[in-house]
Amino acid sequence: MLESFIEIEDKLIKALQETAFMTITSLVIAVILGIGLGIVLFITSEPLLSKNTPVYEVVGFIANTISSIPFLILMIFFLPISAAVVGTKIGSKAVLVPLTVAAAAFFGRLAEASFSDVDKGVLEAVISSGARKSHVIFKIVLPEARISLIKNITVTAITVLGFSAMAGLVGGGGIGDLAYRYGYQRYKKEVMIICILLLIILVQIIQKLGGIIVGILYKKSGG
Amino acid sequence: MSEEKGSDKLIDFKEVSVSFRQKKKEIEAVKDVTFSVKEGEILGIIGSSGAGKSTLLRTINRLQAVSKGEVTVGGRSISTLKSGDLRKLRSNIGMIFQHFNLIGSRDVYSNIEFVLLENGKSREEAGKRIDELLKYVGIEDKKHAYPAQLSGGQKQRVAIARALANNAKILLCDEPTSALDAETTEAVLNLLKQINRELNITIVLITHELDVVKEICDRVVVMDAGRVVEIGDVYDVFTRPVSEFTKTLIKKENKFVIPGNVLENARGKIIRIDYFDENAERALIAEAIEEFGVRINILHGRIEFIKKKPVGVLYISVNGEPGQTRDALKYIKENSGKMEVIRDA
Repeated sequence: MLESFIEIEDKLIKALQETAFMTITSLVIAVILGIGLGIVLFITSEPLLSKNTPVYEVVGFIANTISSIPFLILMIFFLPISAAVVGTKIGSKAVLVPLTVAAAAFFGRLAEASFSDVDKGVLEAVISSGARKSHVIFKIVLPEARISLIKNITVTAITVLGFSAMAGLVGGGGIGDLAYRYGYQRYKKEVMIICILLLIILVQIIQKLGGIIVGILYKKSGG
Repeated sequence: MSEEKGSDKLIDFKEVSVSFRQKKKEIEAVKDVTFSVKEGEILGIIGSSGAGKSTLLRTINRLQAVSKGEVTVGGRSISTLKSGDLRKLRSNIGMIFQHFNLIGSRDVYSNIEFVLLENGKSREEAGKRIDELLKYVGIEDKKHAYPAQLSGGQKQRVAIARALANNAKILLCDEPTSALDAETTEAVLNLLKQINRELNITIVLITHELDVVKEICDRVVVMDAGRVVEIGDVYDVFTRPVSEFTKTLIKKENKFVIPGNVLENARGKIIRIDYFDENAERALIAEAIEEFGVRINILHGRIEFIKKKPVGVLYISVNGEPGQTRDALKYIKENSGKMEVIRDA
């Protein structure tokens, strides 16, 4: 196993870099877009803010539609759009577009749930004090939901990592691609195992990191 | 201007109804409510849960829109206010809640600062005001504590400070003591009384605890199934309720029954006397004994004070010559608030 490890060390490092690039970049953009999506879903469903059922239904339908398409198919479907947005149909960059869209739709629903869990009583209290709606959202709802948001970002990061393993199909590379090409197509069982171990370690790191941040936030608010 | 407390209508409900659609069913939470809140008073709204108290309270700052009718605050109809004016109105109406509703991610200082900054104060002004407020509600030492580190009573004090931050003229209280123990309840009620008296803030308070109403309210509104069934001075409503619902509500609270064995062992006629107003302070029993020569034994009794006026219940047994007994009972009946023969032996 050690020999095969040394043999593919360079490839492994490259794959790790590709995976990190795809996961981190699309996660960051998806979190920003997803929070926006979550806010729209939240305020259009909340009578204390700007309840608007038609808007909620339409936006929610779009998010659900994206989430219901398997990522592999979404990725292929998005190729022309990727070309228009990032200028290429192949490689890690091309995968960013479908990866971000899928992650944003996924995270948007989770963010909506995080916002909905914010104590309605707190909302009532600040609205009854004459606060602006925009301030209620950005200064109260977002900070109050932060712990739940971090937990959901952790879940999303792990999902995105999983999605990124399919990037090989369009030449995106990454650990999943390495496992497929060497481990499966060239019958190098050891490479497969190394890749799986690496993915397990990555998931553990993400989970741990999320846990640490949540712990710090809890402590800060005296809980 | 009249010196009497509460001569002006500060809040006016005119034929107010509120209905919700729930699963294609129209639910009317508040039905055709008309009454007004006078400036400077503490008005209690009582009723069982689901009576519409909470919904009605929320129409005052338009957290809840009305379906029919009109709510006016300070002579101004609030249903047509644009968002800027609505925010201004809300900043003049403080509100506190059963579960305090403090912002968990902010400390005490920042909880109050938020509502001050929202209403256009600078950070310096806010800082001064917060010190003043925390001193007033008696928790200066908790300035930088987070809500999770405070007791229920302390949280409600912070909530009160926050509600008063922008010099509110009206304070809405939604079951303010229902999550507190007896001792803390007493302290919070005293603070509310103090606020009403010293800062001349009109208080509208909803509760299901009759004791809270007896303790601090000037007037009380009784609600049942969305309607107002009774309104009046607290002492009058508790001593002479008019509606059947109020009578049952009060009776439920006053589970004042005499143990069976006491009844069995007592000799003679057994009488229940309810006394209030000027009668409560008379030495009625002593007078009856002296005047008619009957033997009176007190079996059970209680006296309480509503707005510093006594209300009492007394169970007595009366023994003596039939004629004397009859005259004594007649005398008691004429001079007490209410008399009832429990056992006519």
